[in-house]
Amino acid sequence: MNFKLNEEQEMMRKMIREFAENEVAPGAAERDENEEFSREIFDKLAELEVTGLPFPEEYGGADSDYVSYAIAVEELSRVDASVGTVLSAHISLASWPIYQYGNEEQKQKFLKPLCLGEKLGAFGLTEEGAGSDAAAQKTTARREGNEYVLNGSKIFITNAGDAEIYIVVAVTDPEKKAKGISAFIVEKDTPGFSFGKKEKKMGIRSSPTLELIFDECRIPADNLLGQEGEGLKIALSVLDGGRNGIAAQAVGIAQGALDAAADYARQREQFGQPIANFQAVSFMLADAATQIEASRLLTYQAAFLESEGLPYSKASAMAKLYAAEAAMEITTNAVQIFGGYGYTKEYPVERYMRDAKITQIYEGTSEVQKLVVSRHLLKG
Amino acid sequence: MSFNLSEYHRGKQEEFRHFSRVVVAPEADRRNKEGLFPRDVLNKMAERGYLGLPFPEEWGGAGEDFLSYILFIEEVSRSCASTGGIVSVHTSVGTYPIYYFGTPSQKNAFLYHLASGKYLGAFALTEEQAGSDPAALRTTAIRKGDYYYLNGSKTFITSGGEADLYVVFANVDPSLRKRGITSFIMEKNTSGFKPGKSEKKMGLLSSPTTELILEDACIPASNRLGEEGEGLKIALSLLEGGRIGIGAQALGIAGVALDTVIDLAPGILKNYGAALAELYTRLEGAKLLVYRAASLKNQNQACRKEASMAKMAATDLAVQVAQRAIDFAGYLAAGEKTILERLFRDAKVTQIYEGTNQIQRAVIARELLSN
Repeated sequence: MNFKLNEEQEMMRKMIREFAENEVAPGAAERDENEEFSREIFDKLAELEVTGLPFPEEYGGADSDYVSYAIAVEELSRVDASVGTVLSAHISLASWPIYQYGNEEQKQKFLKPLCLGEKLGAFGLTEEGAGSDAAAQKTTARREGNEYVLNGSKIFITNAGDAEIYIVVAVTDPEKKAKGISAFIVEKDTPGFSFGKKEKKMGIRSSPTLELIFDECRIPADNLLGQEGEGLKIALSVLDGGRNGIAAQAVGIAQGALDAAADYARQREQFGQPIANFQAVSFMLADAATQIEASRLLTYQAAFLESEGLPYSKASAMAKLYAAEAAMEITTNAVQIFGGYGYTKEYPVERYMRDAKITQIYEGTSEVQKLVVSRHLLKG
Repeated sequence: MSFNLSEYHRGKQEEFRHFSRVVVAPEADRRNKEGLFPRDVLNKMAERGYLGLPFPEEWGGAGEDFLSYILFIEEVSRSCASTGGIVSVHTSVGTYPIYYFGTPSQKNAFLYHLASGKYLGAFALTEEQAGSDPAALRTTAIRKGDYYYLNGSKTFITSGGEADLYVVFANVDPSLRKRGITSFIMEKNTSGFKPGKSEKKMGLLSSPTTELILEDACIPASNRLGEEGEGLKIALSLLEGGRIGIGAQALGIAGVALDTVIDLAPGILKNYGAALAELYTRLEGAKLLVYRAASLKNQNQACRKEASMAKMAATDLAVQVAQRAIDFAGYLAAGEKTILERLFRDAKVTQIYEGTNQIQRAVIARELLSN
């Protein structure tokens, strides 16, 4: 047991932190206010070879590990959670399933441009009636000759509109229910594929969230990912890894809030002394720091297990559950430490608090994480 | 980097768990009910080298690392938190100070016996008015020729009356305040020393906690540990190891409480699955904090903040888990056969001793705000 990060992972933290502070932080508040996605930041992440971080070089990746990936998401989210979301969805939700389940041709055609950051990825699973119950899919994919024809709609899709490559889950055989669901790769600009309304959100506002609409959308049969009927299995395994990205995002948000609150507590004077001198404040900071450390260790543990090829479903559910709950509490307390100023947009902590909320909800709500963990407990 | 226990440590964990089940668990209920000191258990630990796990073999230890020792405390505490506490005090604050600060002749005289388990060690810092503020201690040590004469009293001393050797803190010159605090190695048969009243406690009933009364307790000057005035520094240097040990004790309590609930009523997962999942998740987080602090200590790296985080997170969790476990098990917990009510009582002290969790928060905040 050795909790020390290796040199490559330390370098990753240093590099991403520098990038995040210099290139991402300055415009974060403005992008949040304007709900403005920055493709420029994504392009710069591509230059830094972060967009394909955990994947092999032969597919344009950086051949790094999942701990480095978690560190990258964490450090970006420390200054701007929206950018963390964009990268996490791109890598965990869009690129990973192609790497894991795609054939060689699909990897060359789709994974490579994703890894190189030439294209941005997205993942369409959720529907109006299929949230926590992912099997309740209504979108259909009908086989016709060498094509599948997609009909239906997806909601709450991160990176939608800006992404070029979409993993889309649809029902190929309604009679087989959960086993009649399949996964497809759909390219932007495919006829019959359009975007619905853009959601107005309380947090991660500079990460676009849109509806996907499929109306007799024809895609080549070659774009089937894995086998017919494997869609739900693929989607659930995507979420196992995706959860770790969200856990890392939550760690980053919480750390950003704690750093801001600690700085403020040192400077802000009341009753003739810095408020950090008051235990009511400093104990909140101590609790936050401890929860962040535990969150981080759980997150890196899950990422480590994934890198080692060991089972990580329970670990990533635990990491996401712990980190998301901690982030919500810590960001709320950060606003509290800033007092009235924290409630205004003059300081970043209100943004952190708004951004933290989604980590308890997406890629499986906290309640679903508990379900996942308790199922593992039953297995003993 | 590896977030898994190595194969070696997993083997050790298995070995310790087996020992705990076979040797510590069987009579634990009775010992706790009757307030009996686990002397037989400690003797069996000594036979296997478990009372000197992290010390070199040349000093009678087992030559294992600090993480193995922490795993041992956790496993022992799963069967009996009192016994886990006794071993933690013996090792972290009873033996380590002599290993760290003892002269060669002190090591020859005492370390070997402690690490081999022939002697049981204890640690006497706390006084009635010197709890979280150890610098406020009033026990004095006056040097006369080759002896120091100690006067005062110590309170809440784990293994008081049972231990063979006590690391005792006293002030050689109260006008120097904390710079006068000095530590001594005191043998149990020292003239002028006797154990005082034994505390009646809510938990840890198999671990005696007593006063120590020092009335011209006569200690050879050769038993002074470190220099005059170095006592507080010595005491503070032991904190990390002690705190990680209590963190491990708390992991044992929390882990066995949850496992017991599921064993008692497997169907419980149906109704309380989500709540149990959350507690297991927090337990995993606390475990990583404790093991991480232990592995830093293993590598002789600074770990003050990490040790405080580990102790605080694990012990707060132990109290919460022990309490919830009773809710989950309901009437089953009231039965004679469950250890849940014992765990509930035992858990509380982990938030208090080796630095209250309020002190841990102060330590963490200080480190956080200083950089």
